[in-house]
Amino acid sequence: MKQLTEIQTKALKDLICRIADDELILGHRNSEWTALVPILEEDIAFSSMAQDKIGHSLALYQLLNKLGEPDPDAIAFTRKEKDFKCCHLVEYPIGDYDFSLMRHFLFDKSEAIRFDLLSRSSFEDLANIAKKFRGELKYHTMHADTWLVQLGNATEESKARMQSALNQCFPLALGIFEPGEYDEVLSSENIFPGEKVLQGMWLDSIKIILDSANLSIPDIDTSDRSYGGRKGYHTEYLKPLLDEMTEVYSIDPNAEW
Amino acid sequence: MYGGGYIFEESKNGHSEEEDQIKLQKFEERIAAGEKIEPSDWMPAEYRKQLIRMIEQHAHSEIIGALPEGTWITRAPGFRRKLALMAKVQDEVGHAQLLYSAAETLGKPREQMINDLITGKSKYSNVFNYPAVTWADTAVIAWLIDAGAIINQVANSKGSYGPYCRALERICLEESFHLKYGHDNVVFLATGTSQQRQMVQDALIRWWPPIMHFFGPSDKISVHTETLMRWKVKMASNDDMRQKFLDMYVPKIWELGLTIPDPKLKKNNETGKWEYTEPDWEEFKRVINGDGPCNKERLAVRRRAEEKGEWVRNALLRPSEKYTVPLS
Repeated sequence: MKQLTEIQTKALKDLICRIADDELILGHRNSEWTALVPILEEDIAFSSMAQDKIGHSLALYQLLNKLGEPDPDAIAFTRKEKDFKCCHLVEYPIGDYDFSLMRHFLFDKSEAIRFDLLSRSSFEDLANIAKKFRGELKYHTMHADTWLVQLGNATEESKARMQSALNQCFPLALGIFEPGEYDEVLSSENIFPGEKVLQGMWLDSIKIILDSANLSIPDIDTSDRSYGGRKGYHTEYLKPLLDEMTEVYSIDPNAEW
Repeated sequence: MYGGGYIFEESKNGHSEEEDQIKLQKFEERIAAGEKIEPSDWMPAEYRKQLIRMIEQHAHSEIIGALPEGTWITRAPGFRRKLALMAKVQDEVGHAQLLYSAAETLGKPREQMINDLITGKSKYSNVFNYPAVTWADTAVIAWLIDAGAIINQVANSKGSYGPYCRALERICLEESFHLKYGHDNVVFLATGTSQQRQMVQDALIRWWPPIMHFFGPSDKISVHTETLMRWKVKMASNDDMRQKFLDMYVPKIWELGLTIPDPKLKKNNETGKWEYTEPDWEEFKRVINGDGPCNKERLAVRRRAEEKGEWVRNALLRPSEKYTVPLS
């Protein structure tokens, strides 16, 4: 790719930061389930996927570092809440397993498509990372789909729980696709086709599984989309999460841990 | 992570006499010849009982042991530590899975074992009833508790029951990475800033008594286990394992300039044995019987997790399927 212009660099950094922050925060949240998941085998699977997410965020912060930002630890462990660009969906506490599974399903479906789109990005470094992540996401979505279909068709309790988790998560998940100020640049430079395109593909993709799971998708037009995260306006849950995450690191950010 | 030693019940005298003496003799000959006993082989009832008890407690120790370290995943400083700790605790949960499966081959279903854990009927390693107060505690646990566990588990992997030995071989491979992770972590703290150094020194002071308790009561006061040793259920005496641990790790701790809180600790060059202040076995008993700093919390967390997850497990049940004891 040719030398990036200033606006292109800004647009790229914004995009990468959004994705990386989502991955870090959701990976962090999902890791809270370690040793507490309803079934041992699932505990191990969920931890693997959480590790993948943290690993993805690290690789993306390394890319930001290449674009002139500080090193990954400094980005993740010293920024203030308002500098994070994650969506609200990933910030919520883990709740019960219905909520965490539904979030995992909705989010990872979007990630799988996002990385597929990014694997064709004109920004080669990002395309290469996306190709690798896409392979991992295939297993994450396979995992999520299997659970959704099973729980959506099992007991009265599991059906009711999954429907109410979907009702709660859906407006939050729409926040993943909050329009960004650089969408046009990203799309015209073939870096990323944009959140609107992604949302359309995502809706098609979740519908297939939600139908098999006998769950009804809330009406998108009347859903109160949870926007703001991409611009630094977060839920009440992010600050305590960051305080906890940086508790040891901030004892001495210059020390080697 | 696990240390045995205190898990054996005193056998009732004469239990072996109720067994078929010819079968028993053959069984003992096989073990003496180094053969492994497999799930479908004949075995004395007492052998089965003690093995279930031991493997089950080992499995519980893994799942409960994941709790003190697990709470630090969200606070691990930096990507390197965060990713490593996530993987480590995941391993411990995986060990529980392997071990519950090994115990199941002897006829006790996993659900029943977990039920015995959360009702307090079944025990787990005492060491997890102590809190991981700071980040440095997790470093000390990952290094020294896992080191102790390896000593215990390498010995047990040479035992007589096939499924348990095979599970342990795999577990030991993973534990050896945990030990490296823990050591690396302690080295960074011990050679870091004065504050980091103080943190790890304080953690070592807190964890030394539980580490000394780890292998179980001294041979002088522990249950006689000749039969279990002959059957290769118990593979080494508590004191022998403790000596081995001290031999391997005290020099490494001193090398880092850390102080071990036992003024009597030294190696007697004539006997080749370590001398130390006798650990407080009364405290050990008290903690094992439920009165440690974290017993109630650990069981409450486990119980809550079981209760909160019940609807998920119910949603996976297929009423048409019957439980079968796995073979390996």
